[in-house]
Amino acid sequence: MERRNANICGRIDWLTVLLVVTIMVCGWFSICGASADLENPDLFSFATRPGKQMVWILCSFAVGAMVMFMSQNFLNSYAYIIYGLLLLLLLVTIFVAGDTKGSHSWLNLGPVKLQPAEFAKFATALALAKFVDRFDFNPASFKDVLKACAIFLVPMLLIICQNETGSALVYVAFLLVMYREGMTGSVLLVGFCAILFFILEIKFSPVNFGSQPFQLGTWLVLTIIQLIESWMIWIMSRNRSLSLTVLGLGTGGMLIGLALSLSVIPFKVTWLQTALIIVTSVFIIFRSFKDIARRYILVALFGIGSVCYLFSVDYAFNEILQPHQRTRINVILGLEDDPKGAGYNVNQSLIAIGSGGLTGKGFMKGTQTKLKFVPEQDTDFIFCTVGEEQGFKGSVFVLLLYLSLLLRLIVLAERQSSVFGRVYGYSVACILFFHLFINIGMVLGITPVIGIPLPFFSYGGSSLWGFTILLSVFLRIDCERTTNY
Amino acid sequence: MKNHKFDNRRFVIGIMVITVVLIYLIRLIQIQIVDTRYRNSADNNALYYRTVYPTRGVIYDRKGRMIVSNQPSFDVMVVTRNIKNLDTLAFCSTLDITKEFFDSRMADIRNLRKNPGYSSYTEQVFMAQLSFNEISDLRENLYRFNGFSINQRQQRKYNYEAAAHLLGDLGEVSKTEIENDGWYTQGDVIGKQGVEKYYESQLRGEKGIEILLKDAYGRIQGSYYNGEYDQTAVPGRNLNLGLDIELQMLGEKLMQHKIGSIVAIEPKTGEILCMVSAPSFNPSELSGRQRSEHYQELAARHDKPLLNRTIQGTYPPGSTFKTSQALTFLQEGIIDTRTQYPCTGGFVFRGLRVGCHAHSSPLSLNFAIATSCNGYFCWGYYYMIGAYKYGTPQKALTVWKDYMVDMGFGYALGVDLPGEARGMIPNSDYYDRHYNKSWNGLTTISNAIGQGEVTLTPLQIANLGATIANRGYYITPHVVRSVEGVDSLDSAYVTRHYVNVDRENYEIVVKGMRQSVIDGTCRSADNDNYLVCGKTGTAQNRGKDHSVFMGFAPMDDPQIAIVVYVENGGFGATYGVPIGALMMEQYITGGLSEESKEKVELYSNRVIDYGEEER
Repeated sequence: MERRNANICGRIDWLTVLLVVTIMVCGWFSICGASADLENPDLFSFATRPGKQMVWILCSFAVGAMVMFMSQNFLNSYAYIIYGLLLLLLLVTIFVAGDTKGSHSWLNLGPVKLQPAEFAKFATALALAKFVDRFDFNPASFKDVLKACAIFLVPMLLIICQNETGSALVYVAFLLVMYREGMTGSVLLVGFCAILFFILEIKFSPVNFGSQPFQLGTWLVLTIIQLIESWMIWIMSRNRSLSLTVLGLGTGGMLIGLALSLSVIPFKVTWLQTALIIVTSVFIIFRSFKDIARRYILVALFGIGSVCYLFSVDYAFNEILQPHQRTRINVILGLEDDPKGAGYNVNQSLIAIGSGGLTGKGFMKGTQTKLKFVPEQDTDFIFCTVGEEQGFKGSVFVLLLYLSLLLRLIVLAERQSSVFGRVYGYSVACILFFHLFINIGMVLGITPVIGIPLPFFSYGGSSLWGFTILLSVFLRIDCERTTNY
Repeated sequence: MKNHKFDNRRFVIGIMVITVVLIYLIRLIQIQIVDTRYRNSADNNALYYRTVYPTRGVIYDRKGRMIVSNQPSFDVMVVTRNIKNLDTLAFCSTLDITKEFFDSRMADIRNLRKNPGYSSYTEQVFMAQLSFNEISDLRENLYRFNGFSINQRQQRKYNYEAAAHLLGDLGEVSKTEIENDGWYTQGDVIGKQGVEKYYESQLRGEKGIEILLKDAYGRIQGSYYNGEYDQTAVPGRNLNLGLDIELQMLGEKLMQHKIGSIVAIEPKTGEILCMVSAPSFNPSELSGRQRSEHYQELAARHDKPLLNRTIQGTYPPGSTFKTSQALTFLQEGIIDTRTQYPCTGGFVFRGLRVGCHAHSSPLSLNFAIATSCNGYFCWGYYYMIGAYKYGTPQKALTVWKDYMVDMGFGYALGVDLPGEARGMIPNSDYYDRHYNKSWNGLTTISNAIGQGEVTLTPLQIANLGATIANRGYYITPHVVRSVEGVDSLDSAYVTRHYVNVDRENYEIVVKGMRQSVIDGTCRSADNDNYLVCGKTGTAQNRGKDHSVFMGFAPMDDPQIAIVVYVENGGFGATYGVPIGALMMEQYITGGLSEESKEKVELYSNRVIDYGEEER
């Protein structure tokens, strides 16, 4: 027994552990900064939030250690059972849980409140890993992929029923895992482009560029379409000249147009771009017949489809939607001020971060966050405190910590000998990535305001333990890999 | 076993992660380093958020007279962190307060339990709602007291010394109120009673925020980014009441030295024309800093002036209730206009006796209403509860109760004021419990004449009058006739509620009430200029009888329905009828004749002795 434990200790990836503990410590200091009372900074009393968070952190070490005593066999064979139990718990929670700010996701267990949704992530990851690990799983089969997707769509649905749409959206991250396992990338690309184009088009209003208004959003979208087209051609044909031709036609033409518009005669560059994309698409169709490569048509379809989508977005947004619906979307995107709503929060958060400057105001000296102008300052908007008190340096440090953690997790996932381990590893990495992407994005006013915590950083026991279990299960699986790098 | 076909996708995912982090890094550079808009020049600069309070909505009466407006008042604010070298005694003397008060107040401000929103960086209310005179000394010496400032706010100004119950008052928010509605912070005011409370969300408006730049010493340096992030305050909405303030003042004058209520309703619209609850008080007393002091005084009085008796007092309606009985019996076919019952000094049957005064016998409905005959309605009630068609007294009483509830009794009507009582209409379960299921019409006979278990609020009696005036429907009585900037009232205040009794039956009762003015109990309510319909009530209770009058006028185009309820006033004709008549005259003709003015003096100076008993 002792031997085996010693063995495990040696095989744990201590680099990951070090990164996570560093993140937790940074998080704890930020919570101190966000919620401590300035007059009597009693950081270790259980009555204060820093004191509580300290207890949660220590507990999470214990939880992590406990996970280390499980075996991979156990995790593998009980994956579906664990998954089923948590689904049941999610279902029960909908009916049992009281109303906390409109959501029914918190279970009241005496003095402690738990959010089962936080623990469902690891169970879902286990079940998905086990399913994809089946020898007959075929990523090219539509049916198999659909079944795999059902594994994470069910908990997602249950969490939506709890009125926790934010937490539910996290499950979208599993699509990325499916992509790694061979699901066609076009699903990701089309979905990603649809969202990106919509946001860019709506968010960037015309700016003055040279002598006349310049449609920045439309320009960005069209340029991206051109780049993607040439990139797709490159992936499909590995034909450098063809790919460069497409690139030249699109981007090159656009650049020349831009120069002409600036120096010679002002005109709408976006119209030229649209024309260029259509010309490019026609050219690609021509090539597809000539080279007998039907796949090229997909590229042309993508180009023309995207342009149509772009203009219909514009039309739908300005003509079909009612003014109040427009306002809502604008507020979500942070374009319009809503005194008490999302726009206000984002503004306050930007002021807080911006006021930090290069070096920050110093630990516990942030006024913006402490004066309660930033909402949810120790949970969802915790990154504000880092930005304000530690400044650019601190924010970059935290971001790089997360980047290292995520890249390390990808490396670990790739070195797994089993598909089970790899899928689970990617699940962990992708969930953490999604949290990071949304949470910091909303604090920086880039992504919409979706209330999900920053992993290992935000205040809260449930989310901390949820992430600890998620990660330590992976570290445990990693201990039993057979190949070493 | 391992499929290596998609191994390159690890790079795609890795690049995605790196791209996102890169984008965020660029964004951080933009907002933290490049864009000075989010950054302040000095290291420890803070933004200072000053709340801009909106003007509270003004209240007008039905003739557009401004009855409640605003006047400036001043709050002394403190930022505890900025207090430096304070000369406490000098400070106290400028505000005319004691050192002890200062110390306890500062302790309260710092106490997080009492003041949950406390922060040493933000302004806290030290003293609220001071007048211009009280503040002037401090204003001149403010420079000596670091950390203190003066914030101008507004306070209610009452242009008429009337309608205190209906208008309600403002007070400082309590801790629970802050917790229930995040709009409020400590030191804010909130409507505590009456219209001020019920229409709080309309009246209060929206607070604004002024963002100011502050240097390291806490001095204001100017507005932040030219006020681009400021929010302007939105003034509250004005209210137009159905109230006629002159009528209200006349009512309050007539009810001096008495305890009771007057409620008048415009039948067509359900608008409340006046709502007098006596004893009353001057609304200004509950405004400003003296509020709590005056409030304690009023609350301690044995005659309970703070109680709005028109909606919170429940009384036996007495004979005014007979109209509702007549309607029920007619509709149920228990009686018709030709039915005659005997009354020889009262209802005497099987050893039970309900007394009545002397009049001819037997008599029919019209005359029974006019003379307020107890015997007639007891017989009607007795026959209804015992009627074969219902089967049991329980079922009969249920039918009876449904009529009463339909007429607006037994439940709160839903007036737009807080704290409305529901009164009491007994049901079969009630009697089953009390009489062990063996009861009949005789056991419960007092219901017929509005005594016994039946209690109504004066508002419910007035609403009965309005329903009769409308010949069969009412609109839920309401105080506010329109809110500025809001298109329509709550649908309850515009839709007609039809009572399940035919219009012709109402006409019969109207005739009876007219008869009562011509040669019955309400003779003194008669007026040469318009036809009055009325019904007196002499409600028995433990002490002297209550004097009640319910009526409306003019008969064929009713403009006002009214109830007067004078506690321990004796016969209905003693106080109820003359006061009611004066009120109707004032409202319909817009003034009073010389003769009536003398009567006003006469009745307003009459004192009813209530003793020292707690009421």
